Amino acid sequence: MRTLFKISYDDDIRLFPDRWSMLVYAALLALAFVLPMLLGEFYLGEVTNVLIWAIAGLGLMLLTGQTGQVSLGHAAFLAIGCYTNTILIELGLPFIIAFPLAGVITGLVGAIIAVPALRLHGIYLAIATIALSVLADDIIVLLDPWTGGVSGKFPEAITIFGLEIERWTMPTRFYYLVLVVTIICTLFYRNLLRSPLGRAFAAVRDSEVSATAMGVHISRTKGTAFGLSCMITGWAGALMGYYAGAFNNETFSLVISITLLMMIVIGGLGSIHGAFFGAVVVAFLPQALSILKGAVIGGGVAIPGLETGVFGLILILFILFEPMGLYGRWLKIRTWFELFPFARKDMFRRQKSYLKTERLR
Amino acid sequence: MEVLQLLVSGLANGCVYGLIALGFVLIYKATEAVNFAQGDFMMLGAFVTLGLTNAEYMHLPFWLAAPLAIIIMAALGYLLDFFVLRHLFGQSQTAVVILTIALGFVIRFVAGVVWGHEPQTLESPLSIGDINIGGVVLGMADVAVIVVTVLLTLFLYQFFQRTKLGLAMQAASQNQMAAYYMGIPVKRVQGLIWGLSGATAAVAGILFASKGAIDPNVGLLGIKAFAAAVIGGFGSLPGALAGGLIIGVIEPFASRYFPAGYSQIAPYALLLFVLVVRPHGLFSQVRIKKV
Amino acid sequence: MSLLEINNATLKFGGVVAVNDLSFSVNEGEVYAIVGPNGAGKSTVFNLISRFYQPFAGTFTFDGQNLLDRAADQVADLGIARTFQNIELFDHATVLQNLLVGRHRHRKTSLVEELFFAPRVRREEMAHRDEVERVIDFLDLQPYRDKMIAGLPYGVRKVVELGRALASGPRLLLLDEPASGLSVEETQDMRWWIDDIRKQMGITVLMVEHDMGLVSSVSDRVLALADGAKLAEGTPAEVQANPAVIEAYLGAGAV
Repeated sequence: MRTLFKISYDDDIRLFPDRWSMLVYAALLALAFVLPMLLGEFYLGEVTNVLIWAIAGLGLMLLTGQTGQVSLGHAAFLAIGCYTNTILIELGLPFIIAFPLAGVITGLVGAIIAVPALRLHGIYLAIATIALSVLADDIIVLLDPWTGGVSGKFPEAITIFGLEIERWTMPTRFYYLVLVVTIICTLFYRNLLRSPLGRAFAAVRDSEVSATAMGVHISRTKGTAFGLSCMITGWAGALMGYYAGAFNNETFSLVISITLLMMIVIGGLGSIHGAFFGAVVVAFLPQALSILKGAVIGGGVAIPGLETGVFGLILILFILFEPMGLYGRWLKIRTWFELFPFARKDMFRRQKSYLKTERLR
Repeated sequence: MEVLQLLVSGLANGCVYGLIALGFVLIYKATEAVNFAQGDFMMLGAFVTLGLTNAEYMHLPFWLAAPLAIIIMAALGYLLDFFVLRHLFGQSQTAVVILTIALGFVIRFVAGVVWGHEPQTLESPLSIGDINIGGVVLGMADVAVIVVTVLLTLFLYQFFQRTKLGLAMQAASQNQMAAYYMGIPVKRVQGLIWGLSGATAAVAGILFASKGAIDPNVGLLGIKAFAAAVIGGFGSLPGALAGGLIIGVIEPFASRYFPAGYSQIAPYALLLFVLVVRPHGLFSQVRIKKV
Repeated sequence: MSLLEINNATLKFGGVVAVNDLSFSVNEGEVYAIVGPNGAGKSTVFNLISRFYQPFAGTFTFDGQNLLDRAADQVADLGIARTFQNIELFDHATVLQNLLVGRHRHRKTSLVEELFFAPRVRREEMAHRDEVERVIDFLDLQPYRDKMIAGLPYGVRKVVELGRALASGPRLLLLDEPASGLSVEETQDMRWWIDDIRKQMGITVLMVEHDMGLVSSVSDRVLALADGAKLAEGTPAEVQANPAVIEAYLGAGAV
């Protein structure tokens, strides 16, 4: 049985609650660094994909999990980040400036879009973001001279201070680049969680009325959440562009938006781990499915819509039986072991909330 | 003349959107959940009818297949609520939203597996012939769509306002606990509303399929029906129809008068505009809560 | 010396007059209670002070400043904190986090600093934690510190609401039915706390309450409202003996 014994306020503020978890994460980090030596190119590419989706997931998690604003349109921001990054580099800016700047610009666009979105709640916000995602698709095609429209764009190799990073020929370097961005984004998220702003986000999520009474400026806080979320998502989008090698308006479609949201729900809404767990599912599902298909039906046969269909089914099962997502299940298992043999059956029982109409807010 | 033609054909499309939007609003009025799979319900309704009546499938007479399909879809809606949505009782609305989106994916996949992904045409007696009223040409199917939609909207509106069941449904959506205390069998009421919504979707599907070919992806026009429901103001049945008509009418005008590429963003741009100006739609039902 | 002064406040909801030409003032350091039957407009007065509603007419002055100039989220900055009748806590956070949100108006760190968790953020967090711990000690919330609100009993949640309001370090505390739903023992605790808040912390308390026992034992002055208008004002004994008040509560002809 592991007991957490806190002896100072610092124990609550630190990145890691105790020695043990610090060691675990240090080991994970070490593993992440030596991974290229352990895995072949193909699987390294897969892990890179997981990390990129995890970054995107962190972006959406900040907005939806932490601040409670459902967005079914985040693919639009993936697109903005991707196109902005590529265009800035075409204009001559070095990657080391263009990349962060692309994120910041995406964040600013997100904050601006947030302004009309501030008054929308729940279902209206979800629908507005769907419209946004569909519109982004069409607008990319409309802005053909800038975006290459339907033909798309091909990002060049990245150069940082003379060091060249090419996605296909130097997968190890690309992996490290993505790893660094992932770590930075995770740290940002973690820092927000233990600071007043992160708490303000949660306050906006849970009760706008009392948050206002405590001095939280709802509009500004939501705008900030949108901005930060879109910034991180923009970075993920830029990396996605490099990973794919080529991108056009269809790379960032409504289906991607929906996949992103479903991903963080499966992973576990409201937690950093959730973004990573969800990313693993999304990135490895196609692989797993083709292996299964080969075993059951025998290769070759293409079943359109299988991936999304199975993904949908997984999500339904999770929402029905494990609403806390993969991370929730992991927590429950871990708690069972930690408290063994004292774990009680209903420890994670959720508070039932009976429906009270949203039309009176 | 051209304007009138555009208007009239837009109305027919608008009615289809309106019917799907009605389905949303029904569920919303009774449970405050939004069924993102409503468009796919419509598609399923159309395909079930196709599967019952088309020559290469079961080849039943159309006037037997259509009611049968409606009943099947109603049952499906009820069963969906019974087996899946009841488990979500007490969870947030976001969970239902996400669940129904996922459901849409699954339904689309299943439809593709059962009926294939190629476009197919429903053998419907409604698709035969056009009528010409003073120079404006209208397909029989379009007329049927408009007539049925108006009748259905009226019927449902009266149902919610006048009948005990309708009032019970509204009560259950506004305060579940209170509804329970008043003896309303909330869960059963919910099941009934999902059944009703499934039936409405089936009607929409049959009418839509009479107008043209269908394939498993047609459910995606549910997104435009969303826009319709939002513009009309969720929670308002006439609003849903109004919203559908507005979008239905805007589309042909936009593609006629706007350059290509701009016309398809018209419905969504309108949606965003309405949301900014009047966040709760034209016929909104939202009031400020007293804390 | 009056801390809060309301003059001729009127608020209508459509045809219903919720607050009818109401005037009263709360002196610094006192405990002032508002009583009245349901629908009398008590919570509405609070919502007017919190700036959730805009009055149709009237002036609202706090510490000499015009309250009507402020938006709802600026009220906390002035030094006014409140609780809610139906408990508006942050369900998916712990008690500690809820209390820390109460300190939001004292936040001095910027967005960039917080993203990078600069040393200043750490120092500020420690300071906030110190203050919040004081409130936790005062209200005996230690065993609940790390518990999620969603799992706590009603009585504890009421106390956490109070704690969150106290954490913001207010000069005026608005308590909306602090004893509703509480057991006899919990109401007694509430009584002592309100007393201590006034005596030890020097905070002025304005409360809406139905429990006349609590009101009598802890308030300095009482305002009786009916139909949004002042019915009587004075010490608890005076108001309870007032014939108009008795009629409003018990009906005419009561002995």
